[in-house]
Amino acid sequence: MNTLINGIFKRDMALAFRQRSELAQPLMFLLMVITLFPLGIGPGPVTLQKIGPGVIWIAAILSSLLAMERLFRDDFWDGSLEQYMLSGQSVAAIAAIKVLVHWLVSFLPLVLFSPLLALFLNLTVDMYVALMLTLVLGTPLLSLVGAIAVGLTVGLQRGGVLLALLLIPVFIPLLIFATSAVDSAALQLPYRAQLAIIGAMLMLAMATAPFAIAYALKVSQN
Amino acid sequence: MAGLAADNLTCIKRDRVLFTDLSFTLSPGELIYLRGPNGAGKTSLLRILTGLSSPESGRLYLNGESLEATRDVFNQQLIYIGHKAGINGALTAMENLRFWCAQHGTAFVASHAYEVLARLGLVGLEDVPVRMLSAGQQRRVALSRLWLKPATYWILDEPFTALDTDGIELLEQHMQQHVASQGAIITTSHQPLSEHAGPFTELVLEYRL
Repeated sequence: MNTLINGIFKRDMALAFRQRSELAQPLMFLLMVITLFPLGIGPGPVTLQKIGPGVIWIAAILSSLLAMERLFRDDFWDGSLEQYMLSGQSVAAIAAIKVLVHWLVSFLPLVLFSPLLALFLNLTVDMYVALMLTLVLGTPLLSLVGAIAVGLTVGLQRGGVLLALLLIPVFIPLLIFATSAVDSAALQLPYRAQLAIIGAMLMLAMATAPFAIAYALKVSQN
Repeated sequence: MAGLAADNLTCIKRDRVLFTDLSFTLSPGELIYLRGPNGAGKTSLLRILTGLSSPESGRLYLNGESLEATRDVFNQQLIYIGHKAGINGALTAMENLRFWCAQHGTAFVASHAYEVLARLGLVGLEDVPVRMLSAGQQRRVALSRLWLKPATYWILDEPFTALDTDGIELLEQHMQQHVASQGAIITTSHQPLSEHAGPFTELVLEYRL
């Protein structure tokens, strides 16, 4: 465990803070996309409240695709990935740590930013609480499932668009349950069921995705 | 039987047979110089030896036991330096080495690492992001691992690329010392090994159509 914290967690954190612009850009993209909606659709408070949760989630998914590639891209091209595989550590554990760092540096700021977004789109406090909960449960799922696709496409030149084509359909169930939770909150209805389903998907991904990522990375090496 | 043994290895890439039924043993205290023209399969063979890719058929044995079963033990005794250096350009030389040692479960002593980098002519460049260094200096950072991790087996793919004559001599001497202290090395190189490298066995791969 110590080897993973000193060798992978600290390394990826150091790298993330050295390449701050690469982290800030997807977040700026998200903010800009969300500000476009009131401008494009019209600033009617009722309309904004209705489309708000969907807009935030779609923008989060799209911006996550921009940041996703950096998860393994540099390690693949500079050969660090080969060195991980020969380090004697479990590749699944290494992948899990890398996904954790990726979530901390690219999704946690989004969760922290979300009150501002909720304000932009005229969400009520109930809706905002529900949105926050779906983001906290749903974004790690984006990271975990996204990492499998990144592992598969990392060896390809210009895998970026292919990554989006692979991942967007996979994220549809998450989008449906997340927006439905926020809609229920808007109507003062309970939304625990939707949260439970997202939570279940997250549990499944946490248990299986690291192994799938490890296998995908091994295939990319061949 | 001590050492890393390859038994009837066959490698096929894109419908082209690179080599068939290749058998050899890399014993402690031996330096194998793998030679062959471009595209003969040298890198493929080395990657098969490390376990990064799998052969079409054939098996590998470590000290007489199947390598599949003893992969973790083997990895602890292995340093592989491939075409891709495995160093991150945004991190400094010291950081690269520290994280690499942590990943490989090797104790990292900063003063020792400074010493090694100094011996490789990188004084004053320890805390510069590696991408600012020249190609030869980057290669030296990658090669400094050979001084840091105590490992029996070295698998080196074109280690002399981008090195100047001093660098080549330094590495060859280090290779000779390693072999003298019961290490085992398999290396490729397009330039012949000089007398600094000590005695070696040649393994030649032919280019096949």
